[in-house]
Amino acid sequence: MKDKLIIGGHEFNSRFILGSGKFSLDMTDAVIQNGGVEMATIAVRRANKNGEANIIDFMPKGITLLPNTSGARSAEEAVRIARLARELGCGNFIKVEVIRDSKYLMPDNYETLRATEALAKEGFIVMPYMYPDLNVARDLVSSGAAAVMPLGAPIGSNKGLLTKAFIEMLIDEIELPVIVDAGIGKPSQACEAMEIGCAAVMANTAIATAKDVALMATAFKLAIESGRAAYLAGLGRVLERRGEASSPLTGFLGEIL
Amino acid sequence: MMKANSKMKITQKMKTDPMSYLSNMEKIESDVFEKVLSMVSNYDAEQYKAHDVAYALSKDRLDPSDFAALLSPAAKPYLEEMAQKSKTLTHKHFGNSVQLFTPLYISNYCENHCVYCGFNCKNKIKRGKLSLEEIRIELKTISETGLKEILLLTGESRQKSDIQYIGEAIKIAKTYFSTIGIEIYPLNSDEYRYLHECGADFVSVYQETYNLEKYESVHLSGPKRVFPYRFHAQERALMGGMYGVSFGALLGLDDFRKDAFATGMHAYWIQRKYPSAEIAFSLPRIRPYINHEEKQTHGVGEVELFQVMLAYKLFMPYAGITISTRENAHFRDHTVGVCATKISAGVVVGVGGHVEEVKGDEQFEISDPRSVAEIHSMILLKGLQPVYSNHIALGGFNTGDDR
Repeated sequence: MKDKLIIGGHEFNSRFILGSGKFSLDMTDAVIQNGGVEMATIAVRRANKNGEANIIDFMPKGITLLPNTSGARSAEEAVRIARLARELGCGNFIKVEVIRDSKYLMPDNYETLRATEALAKEGFIVMPYMYPDLNVARDLVSSGAAAVMPLGAPIGSNKGLLTKAFIEMLIDEIELPVIVDAGIGKPSQACEAMEIGCAAVMANTAIATAKDVALMATAFKLAIESGRAAYLAGLGRVLERRGEASSPLTGFLGEIL
Repeated sequence: MMKANSKMKITQKMKTDPMSYLSNMEKIESDVFEKVLSMVSNYDAEQYKAHDVAYALSKDRLDPSDFAALLSPAAKPYLEEMAQKSKTLTHKHFGNSVQLFTPLYISNYCENHCVYCGFNCKNKIKRGKLSLEEIRIELKTISETGLKEILLLTGESRQKSDIQYIGEAIKIAKTYFSTIGIEIYPLNSDEYRYLHECGADFVSVYQETYNLEKYESVHLSGPKRVFPYRFHAQERALMGGMYGVSFGALLGLDDFRKDAFATGMHAYWIQRKYPSAEIAFSLPRIRPYINHEEKQTHGVGEVELFQVMLAYKLFMPYAGITISTRENAHFRDHTVGVCATKISAGVVVGVGGHVEEVKGDEQFEISDPRSVAEIHSMILLKGLQPVYSNHIALGGFNTGDDR
């Protein structure tokens, strides 16, 4: 069965997007291999071209880089960081992160929208990190986003899908891949996100803070695949959402039907 | 004769009111000063008991009273628990990352008479200032160690190290480093803006003590004597567009628990007012053996220092903590990754000294002379990740559309 994730015209077999900011660089390769990861974020601010501990040097060949604009506090700053990413040879994907809050690191939807619009015009494949607000998500679509990346819970909190009801609205209404980014703390939560129809899951802290980082990457891979299969199989159709055995409200029509 | 004369001068200067601004000092509208000082005046470390500490440790979101409890003597038996929680929080917020940097002193001229400081203007030490060419050579040499973050320091002399000079030093630094911090005398917001445009993004100003009476008694003369101007420096820096600010009290100068509480509350209120600002702490301390016996109550040993670091981390887990070379390798190695998130390496605290002999004497003695490569290896051995670059300077003069 062909079940590809398509973002901005690019096809991916893996639905596990790896955030790379929190674990040791020498673990990168093992995590990517074990997780079957095809796309990984890098913070442009961590790039240290020709220097020590350059995060880009640790990315295996063939991986699609998703540079992020972390550190940007406005749309203008995000645009400048995105251009730097391009100059560094990171390709056309860009994850827009605009954060004006050093405590909770909550994304600023308004600035994110402005940055998305500007970067899409410059030919970037824009994946905005956002607070799951349906109206903003619709605006992101019309601004040229290639996916939307709502947070499941505060970043690094490992609390899972606290925003589930709102993410479900995006899944139902938005024609783009909805990728949960931030808050996923356990494989079971990643699985849940996939079951409800997210196109992919991004995780970092959950893996970086595990006792066995590489093994946890495997666990996430399996959970994401499992959740995806469950979604495709039609979760809960028989068990929950519809009455099965009888038709108590329309049975009286039997003689007519 | 001379001696008597200078004594008289000091006595006269002691009469200046530490709350009065000098004419060139900018006054800003801010309630942070009142908020912090009123909380500090009500802080009594002795009122907290074991159950307050246990309660604070049971919470995810700490408020100022929890922070106060963690700083109290009652928290001492809970140090291990605090450290465990701190390590988890540090990992959660910073991952395995430990940032590396080094300071460069470009001048040690000073106009202040601070009785505890080796740089003070009455102290007969070798004074010096690097020329711009010397700065360039020093910075180039430092950059060859792989470092991408530099902290430029001066003594506090507007005459000998003026804003233009510091600005030029920053512009040179920008060609070698991605992250530039400054630790200089407090400025007005437009001056901070100028230095930000030159390429500096981070500002460290240490209040030394938040106890006005004590502050007055140890800052005998010079602009530093003006207490509120120094207090508002971080806020003026942020108004000038700086990206992050660092806070610190010279622990041991006065009641260290009170000063640590004040430092945390200062950072807390600034963060609330400027939510995008990156907040960091440094913890310089006066070594207990320097103090005389009557000051024993103020003594800050490694246990107390560690307690303060942990309390900062538990209260504001997203804030960075820098561990100084004033501390020894053993202490630094055991705090990094548990609460400290940033560590200096290859440190020289004289003026210059990375290439040629130092041009001026040092402010204090360092206890950890390890090179960048040695600190790098230590961090790796601890299973952590040395990080050289973690910031993009966006505030330079070429802020316009550069395409």
